[in-house]
Amino acid sequence: MSADAVSNSKRRFLVAATSVVGAVGAGFVAVPFVKSWNPSAKALAAGVPVLADISKLEEGQMITVEWRGKPVYILKRTDENLKVLESDVDMLADVNSDSSKQPEYCKNIARSYDSHKKISVMEGVCTHLGCAPKYVPDLNNPFAGSLGSDWKGGFFCPCHGSIYDLSGRVYKSMPAPTNLPVPMHMFKSDTVILIGQDGSNA
Amino acid sequence: MEQKSNGLMGWIDARYPATKTWEKHLAKYYTPKNFNFWYFFGSLAFMVLVIQILSGVFLTMFYKPDTALAFQSVEMGIMRDVEWGWLIRYFHSTGASAFFIVVYLHMFRALIYGSYKKPRELIWIFGMLIFLALMAEGFMGYLLPWGQMSFWGAQVIINLVSAIPFVGEGLSTWVRGDFVIGDATLNRFFSLHVAAIPLILVGLIFAHIVALHEVGSNNPDGVEIKKNKDENGIPKDGIPFHPYYSVKDIVGVVVFLMFFSIVVFFMPEMFGYFIEHANFEPANPLKTPEHIAPVWYFTPYYSILRAVPSIAGSAFPGVIAMGASIVILFFLPWLDRNPVKSIRYRAGWYKILIAIFVVTFIILGILGTLSPTDGRTLLAQICTVYYFAFFLLMPFYTKLEKNKPVPERTT
Repeated sequence: MSADAVSNSKRRFLVAATSVVGAVGAGFVAVPFVKSWNPSAKALAAGVPVLADISKLEEGQMITVEWRGKPVYILKRTDENLKVLESDVDMLADVNSDSSKQPEYCKNIARSYDSHKKISVMEGVCTHLGCAPKYVPDLNNPFAGSLGSDWKGGFFCPCHGSIYDLSGRVYKSMPAPTNLPVPMHMFKSDTVILIGQDGSNA
Repeated sequence: MEQKSNGLMGWIDARYPATKTWEKHLAKYYTPKNFNFWYFFGSLAFMVLVIQILSGVFLTMFYKPDTALAFQSVEMGIMRDVEWGWLIRYFHSTGASAFFIVVYLHMFRALIYGSYKKPRELIWIFGMLIFLALMAEGFMGYLLPWGQMSFWGAQVIINLVSAIPFVGEGLSTWVRGDFVIGDATLNRFFSLHVAAIPLILVGLIFAHIVALHEVGSNNPDGVEIKKNKDENGIPKDGIPFHPYYSVKDIVGVVVFLMFFSIVVFFMPEMFGYFIEHANFEPANPLKTPEHIAPVWYFTPYYSILRAVPSIAGSAFPGVIAMGASIVILFFLPWLDRNPVKSIRYRAGWYKILIAIFVVTFIILGILGTLSPTDGRTLLAQICTVYYFAFFLLMPFYTKLEKNKPVPERTT
């Protein structure tokens, strides 16, 4: 081969080899940029459990506490409400919460501890697109038109109209696919709940 | 170095293609002489871009991308404390909606005169990418004032990501940079809104115009003026863009600015369509507003999202449908099989199909601003079916059209 002859196969090899090495390098350099979008150490640390005092919570009332930046609903239900939970099963999409998120101890009809059946703790985050469903105990509210006259209480999401019952179970044919998630929680005492941490079987 | 002419321009031209560029893109860019009303919107879109960049640069000087300060820096700082800050903000917020009005009309022009057809497919695709970038820009910009609708609108849209099976949950946390929309989200949206996406937009607009000037503009008759040239190689039906259309476009600019000023000075919120009323309340992650609707320019796609019920416990089909409603537009040049470009020489019933399409698109847009009821959902479903049928059946029905004879020259 003369000194000034061009070897195309060598050129192609060198171009290909340079491109591959360059692409791999670019891939590695992309990692820090992509990873920088993960929750920062500070955001991760903010996920600690929170305490909620329910000593002043009356039956039929609901309070909202913030945990990991999400609204967590604590609802104290009446005996009547608990009866409705047994009878409304025909209208629900996931009666036994099989495809919904909750700790094992809350995988029941009331979605609560058996020892504190009236107290329901759930994330106020619609499983459709994350709006906060409104607590609608009766028809005295702006959404009554969407709910029907035999409304027995529950939650209505104002964004896309998903309806949940009083244990956060979603109705059939709603935009929301699953029941409201129940976060890990435990009863420190009868009036104090710790949200974000499991207890021994309280 | 050899200079073709003397003087300052000669000196510059020997070093930089100033005169050459001026002639290629303006003074000797031959444009069909039969442009009509619909041809105002390209140059208007460009002007709105300039308004947005100018007002945006100044807003960035006073805005604070921090969840604790953002709302105050907009509603107190820019709107009340900064001299003329309110005007600059209303230029920007009105400009955002004006951008979409102008771009939708620009796209409609392409639809009726077949401007997406060979050899202009790439112009259409660059245009669609501009449209996508514009939607990203609008969406991220809307979070910045950190009002209730900013927060909850972003919450709904980012949660669309989490509907993706398996990876969705992790992906949406990655996008937010937190388990909820917070400071991390606001800061990155700010960066993307003021730096990354505008750069992409400008690059895409450059490519859009380069592609246009390579093949030449279409016109309301859909005939190629380059097929009929005189002895100097100049299209017989062409006139130089400058001064003929630069002057015509100034008329469009003046009329546009009249409407723009009316909105800026007398109805900057446009009855809650340009700036939603709930956005005058600071973001509250614990309280969803009574009624959530995206800004008007997203509502047609939002309606399509809502129209699709969740299947097998997943909201994913709705997300797919919404994405598909935009992706399908990219394929328009290949879906339309009719060789005739302009609607003027196509079948009468095709005009009716387009008219119904426009009506369904507007109905979807209106429904997207309203809360859903059974009747409205049904209407949205009917419109969604028509939306997709209009495009997906195009390869079949456009072959059945009886076209009118297309003239050789522009009329």
